[in-house]
Amino acid sequence: MASQDATLGAQPLRLRAEGRRWSEVVVKAVLGLCALVSVATTVGIVVALLEPSIEFFREIPIGEFFTSERWAPLFANPGYGIRPLVVGTLVVTFWACVVAMPFGLGSAIYLSEYARPRVRATLKPALEVLAGIPTVVYGFFALTFFTPLLEDLGLGVGTFNVLSAGLVMGVMLIPTVASISEDAMSAVPQDLRDGAYGLGASRLQVSTRIVVPAAVSGIVAAYVLGISRAIGETMIVLIAAGQLARITFNPLEQMSTMTAFIAATGTGDVPTGSIAYKTIFAVGLTLFCMTLVMNLIAIRFVRKYREIYE
Amino acid sequence: MSVPSISLRRQSSGAAFRGGAFYALLVFSVTIGFVLLVTLLVDVFIKGVPYLDGVLFFDPPSAIPERAGARPAILGTIFLMGLLLVMAVPIGVGTALYLEEYASRDAWYNRLLDLNIQNLAAVPSIVYGILGLAFLVRGLGLGRVTLAGAMILTLLVLPIVIVASREAIRAVPDSIRQGAYALGATQWQVIRRQVLPAAIPGIATGSILALARAIGETAPLILVGALTYVAFNPTLTGPFTALPIQIYQWIARPQEEFRLLAAAAIIVLLAILLTMNAFAIWLRNRYQRRW
Repeated sequence: MASQDATLGAQPLRLRAEGRRWSEVVVKAVLGLCALVSVATTVGIVVALLEPSIEFFREIPIGEFFTSERWAPLFANPGYGIRPLVVGTLVVTFWACVVAMPFGLGSAIYLSEYARPRVRATLKPALEVLAGIPTVVYGFFALTFFTPLLEDLGLGVGTFNVLSAGLVMGVMLIPTVASISEDAMSAVPQDLRDGAYGLGASRLQVSTRIVVPAAVSGIVAAYVLGISRAIGETMIVLIAAGQLARITFNPLEQMSTMTAFIAATGTGDVPTGSIAYKTIFAVGLTLFCMTLVMNLIAIRFVRKYREIYE
Repeated sequence: MSVPSISLRRQSSGAAFRGGAFYALLVFSVTIGFVLLVTLLVDVFIKGVPYLDGVLFFDPPSAIPERAGARPAILGTIFLMGLLLVMAVPIGVGTALYLEEYASRDAWYNRLLDLNIQNLAAVPSIVYGILGLAFLVRGLGLGRVTLAGAMILTLLVLPIVIVASREAIRAVPDSIRQGAYALGATQWQVIRRQVLPAAIPGIATGSILALARAIGETAPLILVGALTYVAFNPTLTGPFTALPIQIYQWIARPQEEFRLLAAAAIIVLLAILLTMNAFAIWLRNRYQRRW
């Protein structure tokens, strides 16, 4: 007996199964591989953009790319200054923001502070439908309905113009801005509102002086993400804003953007390795870097309000 | 002795006016989107309905508007949908399971994985197109084929599937896992027999919404070469086109008739998307459990 006790003491009972369960190991490995697909995607994007871009910058000095004001890579007398495309992108983005920022924030305040729960439960998914409409459809609408409408209103717009594309894009972005802002406002503790109401504040004052300031990091995140979306939007611009790369700030005229250039050039059978082929990647890299910075800022601000209130 | 009268009324009339004006502004903000949505739908219907006929569904594209149809495009979209279902959903759910059930939340590589997925969700879709052009079409030499298009759309919507699946998996209470472990189940048995069945409605809803998003994408498909004249039915390893691409091609033509044809094709596309959305919402309401 004593010796048995001693052996038991020396060899504790193992509750684990003998040996490893290989099926469990395999499953974990397969799931881990699935997770690696998204890592591979990012690496793939970076490599795909960098390699041809480096070759591009071997032929075209990086200074010319960023300072020259002429973009005509496919012409006999080529120009490789990306500035017209960047300006075009920013002008479209500006007009989209003119619509998306105030009305997105307004929608968020309405949903979070004014709407009754039942109204909110129906309005929110209905608003999401706007974000679910394909962008090619918005492009069609901007070109065949909104531009003629602007013309009827007496604005001297061309068949292709930045204003129409930007405004329609802005409406498309309202749900994006509203959804993230509303999320942040809902995270503001009820105590803060009750305190303000207790001091005699009106609903307007509670909304604008308590809830909006308290949710400001979420609203910033929504705005930055909205800008990022606007910069990366392709089809509306390609269809309705035209494809003429030039520097102008007049929204009634046509302009090209980075995305529109990529889509318009990537369609044809551009021979691999030609300088025209490489411009797609150089412009794509610029676009990717701009949106990457925006996205990281947005992710940071979202984290901030989550940390504060949740 | 005159007592100063204290007004217990809630607001002065000026404040009431400001409050009312603010409220009106908010209602306007919410309404403007719906006004545009309704206008868009009515506009597309008026333009497209006359062209919504058998020719559109059963005939290949043509240079003559009256004879132009979208059969290859509709078939291409159905093809893409099927391929996405087999590629995007398993990989997305697998990633979500790894992140929720296996990964330790504090490890730096898992936090990086999380950040990576959040960023991928916001990368412009045309950048995915560039990835497809560089690696699938030219690099792998796959060519401008259906499979390449489906792979790029898979990568594009993967973050959406992952986020939705993670939420569904996280909503399954831990007590269910603990109960199964107590009965001697292994980790995979717990996942397969308890967690996954409980999370299926949420995963299905998210996957359908992601599919709907992919079906409407145009820009990445342009870059992987879907923008060509395709008059025959698509195959897995052959040239292809899809509904949004066909719509873009018709919009880009100068003749008015082709624009009307585009409107008709838009009606078909929106009908598919709305059906998918409605199905997803129905699924959520029918099967979602509150724990």
